[in-house]
Amino acid sequence: MSVKTLTIDGKDVAIEEGATILQAAKEAGVAIPTLCHLEGVSDVGACRLCLVEIAGTSKLLPACVTEVAEGMQVQTNTPKLQEYRRMTVELLFSEGNHFCSVCVANGNCELQDVAIQVGMDHTRFPYRFPNRGVDMSHPSFGIDHNRCILCTRCVRVCDEIEGAHVWDVAQRGAGCYIVSGLNQPWGTVDACTSCGKCVDACPTGAIFRKGETTGEKERDRAKLEFLVTAREKHQWIR
Amino acid sequence: MSRTVVIDPITRIEGHAKISVFLNDAGEVDNARFHVVEYRGFEKFCEGRPFTEMAGITARICGICPVSHLLASAKTGDKILAVKIPPTAEKLRRMMNLAQLTQSHALSFFHLSSPDFLLGWDSDPAKRNVFGLIAENPDLARAGIRLRQFGQTMIEILGGRKIHAAWTVPGGVREPLSAEGQQWIRDRLPESFETVHLALSLFKTLLDTQLKDEIHYFGEFPSLFMGLVGKHGEWEHYSGHLRFTDSHGNIVADQLSEDDYQEFLGEAVEPWSYLKFPYYKPLGYPAGMYRVGPLARLNVCSHIGTEQADRELQEYRDRFGRIPTSSFIYHYSRLIEILACLEKIQELVNDPEIRSDRVRANAGINNLEAIGVSEAPRGTLFHHYKVDENGLIEKVNLIIATGHNNLAMNQTITQIAKQYIRNNEITEGMLNRIEAGIRCFDPCLSCSTHAAGQMPLHVQLIASDGTVLQDVYR
Repeated sequence: MSVKTLTIDGKDVAIEEGATILQAAKEAGVAIPTLCHLEGVSDVGACRLCLVEIAGTSKLLPACVTEVAEGMQVQTNTPKLQEYRRMTVELLFSEGNHFCSVCVANGNCELQDVAIQVGMDHTRFPYRFPNRGVDMSHPSFGIDHNRCILCTRCVRVCDEIEGAHVWDVAQRGAGCYIVSGLNQPWGTVDACTSCGKCVDACPTGAIFRKGETTGEKERDRAKLEFLVTAREKHQWIR
Repeated sequence: MSRTVVIDPITRIEGHAKISVFLNDAGEVDNARFHVVEYRGFEKFCEGRPFTEMAGITARICGICPVSHLLASAKTGDKILAVKIPPTAEKLRRMMNLAQLTQSHALSFFHLSSPDFLLGWDSDPAKRNVFGLIAENPDLARAGIRLRQFGQTMIEILGGRKIHAAWTVPGGVREPLSAEGQQWIRDRLPESFETVHLALSLFKTLLDTQLKDEIHYFGEFPSLFMGLVGKHGEWEHYSGHLRFTDSHGNIVADQLSEDDYQEFLGEAVEPWSYLKFPYYKPLGYPAGMYRVGPLARLNVCSHIGTEQADRELQEYRDRFGRIPTSSFIYHYSRLIEILACLEKIQELVNDPEIRSDRVRANAGINNLEAIGVSEAPRGTLFHHYKVDENGLIEKVNLIIATGHNNLAMNQTITQIAKQYIRNNEITEGMLNRIEAGIRCFDPCLSCSTHAAGQMPLHVQLIASDGTVLQDVYR
């Protein structure tokens, strides 16, 4: 397999062909904010937080789904990118109902972490205060669609790791939402194995264990990577 | 010509409110009204949320007594789960409520009300606050602040944070008590006892001297009193049953369960206030006026059940009779309750079961409707939830302690205004007395704290035809 060489924020990086800029950045020790990316499952470029600037193109490209190329010059943290990232996070906050103070994920939420990381202290956009509903029909878990940022981690983790494919995205544009089964109450979806991987994968407090109260949600994301390694390489290591 | 005097906003209370005083043609006080001018909407926006979130959400109603909502909500949640919580969980919840009563009463007495007693009703309003108290009597101010800190730190030890500790949950509590926490509480108790004894002896001296008259004018009237009492009629703050006692000491109703509150409590609405007017249904509105809170709790109980507090209770009853009816006595009863709390904390912190880690019961949705009750510092608090089969909230009703006292607060300020407003003459000290009438009840208008500092006071004299006769600002 051939190796590609490129620079990320001025650092020289060599990485195998087919790798993404996000992987190369990780190799080079450059942190790029992400939300929809999850180790162990495929990438979709949904959240647009990992956008980077590449010399020679005026388009901003998502690092998680853009493959490296020979001689690429990547910038990950320009003022323009900082502004775009902040705006992206502001839009996520104004789109849903993200009330950290009473959320199960408070203190353990990737959206909250990213907001701090990009320096978002308020949003410039009016809140939409959606009423997308809460589904508590599952015996062990609940989903609050108002806290969903449509990262589709749950969709991918259920399909690619558990193999049950309970979750999908319905509708288009601002009307998008996550559905279980054929848009049925979660508790009535036969395919669900109640494994809880979607709870571990969810970056916010949208999918949670029943009975969890403010700030009580815990996750074991490393478990997802562990399962993938175990399945693919027959190595049970954490 | 009749006119109206408006005090807006009222200072050194928790929340936003104003007072209107209506004068008749002769310039005498006709009536006074306590308006709560804030609207929160919690009962509405909780609809659709999982019931397990309710403790966390309703705690946000207030930063002064979030614990009361945490407890009432968790108790309602226990009933939805249909569980009896582990004994240690109940003891820990009791400890947190006692800490909450202590800190809130200390705040009411030392920070909010004592500047009036110690610096004088007519003293300079710029200094008539906790900072003035620090300048005048630093040792007392420091002791009071540390007493509040004792309660607040206990809440932090138990719940992980001082304010909005989402630690009480349906089925019990989230974390057991740590060994270090237990030791800290034990170590800090003696100083707290000392402070409350100091405050009691100081306040009793004031009652015998310069505060003699206030007792008769600050809301001295007959009313019912409501509060929780234990199995043997003793003082209670967490469980037990509800009792109504009249001002002659007759038990009007006893062994009432919170589950039936709609049978004995009605809620009236007046167009001039966002605060509802609960009343005792059998007597109708407004005759069914009752008071809750420390004064009521000491009036409905037969005894407290701890040595020092019972001794103080006896002296209190020797002074004012079996049922003191002056709202001014709230301050005195608050201090006795702090003493009772400290003694009960002492019992609990040394309880052999208190450090057990079996503190949380799990269950599914087993009841679709439940009502929880607890004694908040200001009085009895009800949470009433209806949920669907998945535990999503369909309906919420919250009856807050300050609401129960609404009729009595209006009567209190009317009485004070009648006593002090004469011949259309309005002085700053007189306005302060009317505000202080409200402060007796330590009303929590469920908002942020305006605990310290000077807020602007706007008084308007309005003629019956609507023209503004006089504008007074301070």
